[in-house]
Amino acid sequence: MAKYLLLKHYRGAPAAVNDVPMDRWTPEEISAHIRYMNDFAARLEKTGEFVDGQALAPDGMWVRSDGEGRPPVTDGPFAETKDLIAGWMVIDVDSQERAVELAGELSAAPGAGGKPIHEWLEVRPFLAAPPNSTESCH
Amino acid sequence: MDEVLLRSLTPGVLTVLVRRGADFAAAEDAVQEALVEAVRVWPADPPRDPKGWLVTVAWRRFLDAARADTARRRREDRVDEEPSPGPVPAADDTLRLYFLCAHPALSPSAAVALTLRAVGGLTTRQIARAYLVPEATMAQRISRAKRTVSGVRLDRPGDVATVLRVLYLVFNEGYSGDVDLAAEAVRLTRQLAAAVDHPEAAGLLALMLLHHARRAARTASDGSLVPLAEQDRSRWDTRLVAEGVGILQSALARDRLGEFQAQAAIAALHADAPTAAETDWVQIVEWYDELARLTDSPVVRLNRAVAVGEADGPRAGLAALAGLDSALPRHTAVAAYLHERDGDRTTAARLYAEAARKAPNLAERDHLTRRAAHLNAQLDADRGR
Repeated sequence: MAKYLLLKHYRGAPAAVNDVPMDRWTPEEISAHIRYMNDFAARLEKTGEFVDGQALAPDGMWVRSDGEGRPPVTDGPFAETKDLIAGWMVIDVDSQERAVELAGELSAAPGAGGKPIHEWLEVRPFLAAPPNSTESCH
Repeated sequence: MDEVLLRSLTPGVLTVLVRRGADFAAAEDAVQEALVEAVRVWPADPPRDPKGWLVTVAWRRFLDAARADTARRRREDRVDEEPSPGPVPAADDTLRLYFLCAHPALSPSAAVALTLRAVGGLTTRQIARAYLVPEATMAQRISRAKRTVSGVRLDRPGDVATVLRVLYLVFNEGYSGDVDLAAEAVRLTRQLAAAVDHPEAAGLLALMLLHHARRAARTASDGSLVPLAEQDRSRWDTRLVAEGVGILQSALARDRLGEFQAQAAIAALHADAPTAAETDWVQIVEWYDELARLTDSPVVRLNRAVAVGEADGPRAGLAALAGLDSALPRHTAVAAYLHERDGDRTTAARLYAEAARKAPNLAERDHLTRRAAHLNAQLDADRGR
């Protein structure tokens, strides 16, 4: 089994095929979208492939240390940040093919006009823990 | 087996152990073990005296642990003999347990976790699931909390207000996992209100009951939020409403008003209206004035602006809103609503979309996005598209 992170972006991903902001959909289209997302997660729980899913608020900030005894420096949020993550789903699947298949399904969630959004999702494999057997080293 | 009944015995058992000389942290562990044992044994072999059974088992577990501890550390035995069973603890003991678990030295999250375990009798795993954190994290939080209060004596009176804040936090968390935190908060507050003669404890219980009564109507079958005005009031739990109103009335009669009583009074006025249109908004504004006087909270003034909008019209509501910091949570959502009521759908749609981006949770975000979408669709239709 291997874990993959499916990342959804507010900004930074290539434009979706059906690229209409959500407040321009009809309320029914919004409901259909949410139902699709919930059903998707529920189905992955049933197949034993769901690990976690979370949504993020768009407004965050940058923080760095400013040295001992000083409060951290904060900056942002930046309205023009190129890349802004909207949320993620972590899945635990048998193969990269399966991860791609599931990301494709998620990308096809219905949007404006009831048509699939076909948005771009980023799929990132987790770096796994080292295996217990060392055979691969020889 | 009635798990809630079992857990309701927790504080009493725990205080018996502490009265007998066990330190709080060790006694709490022993009681947890006894609860687990009860879940295993009782279905096949229910005890005649459930509490006596728990006390006996917990005390034995405590002694075993203390002896193991003693042997390990090569110290003198702290405890040799099982004392005669102590008297049934008074309500006072339960109360002091609440104080301990809500001790001001504890952070809110630590106080919540400790209260749910030591007073509520929930397992660490149940609490962890309810708050969506790993069990090991919750175990650490609880053991740190226990260390923090380890020097605090259980016989000192505490401040009821700190306990009420902790219970209010539990109630507001909603729920996930197999434990219904709102129901648990109601149970713990009911138990507290029975143990202490305090109008605000009654006020908080009334507030919880009145909100809990609306729960079935608050979400649609697809999980989306249903605002108060659109709720099917026939789905409100009239038994809980009646109980909440009764408790509130006797609390208010004592003439020691506090913020929970005032909040409960507002909830009661909503509960009292057969339809949203029949809501007594003038009285609600008066209660918000009381609340603002009691708490000086900007969130209260924000809610007051909504009530003013209903009582005196949306323009008056917008005027009340104008004096408030626009960075307040939900300020934009309130502004959107008041503009919608005022007939300015273009502004309202824009503000709803902005409020959705600032929403603190998914349910609210979806709700606000739907409102924006609804208005945009109307505006498009008006333009003949």
